[in-house]
Amino acid sequence: MRRELTTSILAVVVFTVLLGLLYPFAVWGIGQVAFPGKADGSQIHMDGRVIGSTLIGQDFSKHPEYFQSRPSATGYSTSATYFANRGPNQASTVAFYRTELARYVARERRYVPGLTAAQVPVDAVTTSASGVDPHISTANALIQAHRIAAVRQLPLDRVHRLIDDHTDGRFAGLLGEPGVNVVELNIALDKEAPAT
Amino acid sequence: MLQGWLQIAFFCAVLVACVPLLGGYMARVFRNETVFLSRVLGPVERGIYRLLRVDLSREQDWKSYGTSLLVVSLLFWIALYAILRTQTLHPFNPEGFHSGTWDVSFNTVSSFLTNTNWQYYGGETTMSYFSQMAGLAVQNFISAAVGIVVVVALIRGIVARREGNHGLGNFWQDLTRTTLYVLLPISLLGAVLLMSQGVIQSFSHSVGFTSLNGTSGSLAMGPVASQEAIKELGTNGGGFFNVNSAFPFENPTGLSNFIELFLILSIPTSLTYTFGRMVGSRRQGWAIFSVMSALFVAGVVVVYLAEQHGTPAQHLAGVNTHHVAGSTGGNMEGKDQRFGIANSGLWTAVTTVTSCGAVNAAFESLTGIGGLVPFANLSASETIFGGVGTGLYSMLLFVILAVFIGGLMVGRTPEYLGKKIEACEIKLVSLGVLFTPIAALVGAALATGTKYGGPSVYAEGPQGFSESMYAYMSQANNNGSAFAGYTGYYQPNPGNLGAHGISFADLLGGLTMMTARYVPILVVLAVAGSLVRKNVAPVGLGTMRTDTPTFVVLLGGVIVLVGALTFFPALLLGPIVQGLTNQVF
Repeated sequence: MRRELTTSILAVVVFTVLLGLLYPFAVWGIGQVAFPGKADGSQIHMDGRVIGSTLIGQDFSKHPEYFQSRPSATGYSTSATYFANRGPNQASTVAFYRTELARYVARERRYVPGLTAAQVPVDAVTTSASGVDPHISTANALIQAHRIAAVRQLPLDRVHRLIDDHTDGRFAGLLGEPGVNVVELNIALDKEAPAT
Repeated sequence: MLQGWLQIAFFCAVLVACVPLLGGYMARVFRNETVFLSRVLGPVERGIYRLLRVDLSREQDWKSYGTSLLVVSLLFWIALYAILRTQTLHPFNPEGFHSGTWDVSFNTVSSFLTNTNWQYYGGETTMSYFSQMAGLAVQNFISAAVGIVVVVALIRGIVARREGNHGLGNFWQDLTRTTLYVLLPISLLGAVLLMSQGVIQSFSHSVGFTSLNGTSGSLAMGPVASQEAIKELGTNGGGFFNVNSAFPFENPTGLSNFIELFLILSIPTSLTYTFGRMVGSRRQGWAIFSVMSALFVAGVVVVYLAEQHGTPAQHLAGVNTHHVAGSTGGNMEGKDQRFGIANSGLWTAVTTVTSCGAVNAAFESLTGIGGLVPFANLSASETIFGGVGTGLYSMLLFVILAVFIGGLMVGRTPEYLGKKIEACEIKLVSLGVLFTPIAALVGAALATGTKYGGPSVYAEGPQGFSESMYAYMSQANNNGSAFAGYTGYYQPNPGNLGAHGISFADLLGGLTMMTARYVPILVVLAVAGSLVRKNVAPVGLGTMRTDTPTFVVLLGGVIVLVGALTFFPALLLGPIVQGLTNQVF
């Protein structure tokens, strides 16, 4: 029994060093050599400052000159994450969707005459899981394109091309769902036609 | 939906193709044979034995094997508790997080020791990098290895043909070889692949930024990739971030999602092949694999169809949940665009058949019927692939039960792979099979029947019941996924300052996880200790075969029946009510 205890204590130490220190530092070393930008969070730099990450969505709800991200429970916080936890049969969830639908339709209808709630893609009014979903669906982006074209005085097909350029497709055409990267698209918009 | 089915089919095909490769490799590792990694890792292995002063010549009987397992688990428990309670003293704590409270730490330690990874804490807001990697991630390895060595000991008990030697192997050797030859190399490879997709591995302070719209934020950093790989591979599931594998730094792309799903199921599926190889009949392994696969696929189909349909709340509000050009439609609440309905649905099934519990979508926001799938999977007590090792040993208990029931039905002496199944084994098996459901139901009853469970619940109506019920089913099955409205702590400020736990939920959950982990482990070792003493009877005309489609159906039936009889009344009150009604609460 005494021997068992000695072995166990030594095991706690040895495995903690091996798995808890050597292993993560080895992974870190490989990451710094092989994928330096990605291992540090795919940061976007502009004029020497960090303005975000290509993987992390941002909130543009106060800025109609930008494409809008999906609703988020955390307001696109990157330091504290949690789920919205909206249940499938909750009265509060119904109220939330009604508000979001009305907001979306009111915002876009000026530029898409006759837009109805039934035409709004589901991702535009539902909260994402991560709270920082970097993507919106193509259908969502194509509706918003009308507003962007009008506000930024760009031809619609130029906006469409930008959407195309910043759509992350499925891996090998097979895995995952396509999505339009909102942050990257908005950066590209600023370069193409700075908002007045 | 075709594209979604295609992705699911592709995933299953890749998985099945890898089963013989990894399964055969693991069989060689557990038979203590030389493998291709021995050249590199052999010296490390021998070094560890020398450091730990392990006597390899000594085979342990089930009591000795179990004692080693319990003693080292207890010491790891104490070590992890000490780490979590002294966070302010650690290196690698750039955010200056305060220590966890005693009750939340009790729950967290019990959770990671038992391979559950139930999380009553917010990863990126309470845990230092040191706690994450030297505390929690170490347990991701060890708890996985412990699960695997128990099933290895059971298999040795089943196949033993030696007179007078009642050994089940050497615990320390099994633990070391499993960690060194199976978990560590695959995790390393997995971590590198995940980094190539954008999973972070950084020890720096969080990165401040000013976004396009002028507001400032900070990107949380940390050693994520190393932890992410073993979190999936060891079917642990405890996320570095609070929203787990939904967060882009844990799971950034369709490919990373595929890799993580593959890691989760790779060992539990392959172990069936390992089993077949070790008992000398691959058909026996494939028979078990077939039962597991059939139940798994049924779950995937149901959850995908249900989520594609959308929720009553969406339909009442006038949200269009149909597929339209450029959008998958379906219930996108609590799901990220890059995964969509198919990959979120598949993940939901994968993470609950195994005891993983990592999530890439919010369970609380699943449709009623979609949410029934995690419930049903947990009702099967980890037998559908299950956790690494734990899944197969839970399944083998059911196999023995099915052999016994089959034997009663046809009037033959029940035996499994030549070993007679007698009263002693059946008593143990009954205890093992019933213990987890009982722990789940008692926990849920205490939480819903007394006033102490109230503060943990978030939602109104049947959803609130689902939260409570799921919390204790998940913890009893050592799964760790949650209907995340249910909580065991409050955190008023960032940095864990002034956080306090809900002691009732923390303690009841912790005790549920610990008993539902270690009682079945001891039962399994005792069954192994009993079987190892028995002579192997030759196969005759009177032997009921356990590698035929008939037996596969019988075994599946026993699992479904036991699960349904135990949990159906409780499930009626939660997800089934929600799935059958369009009413809101």
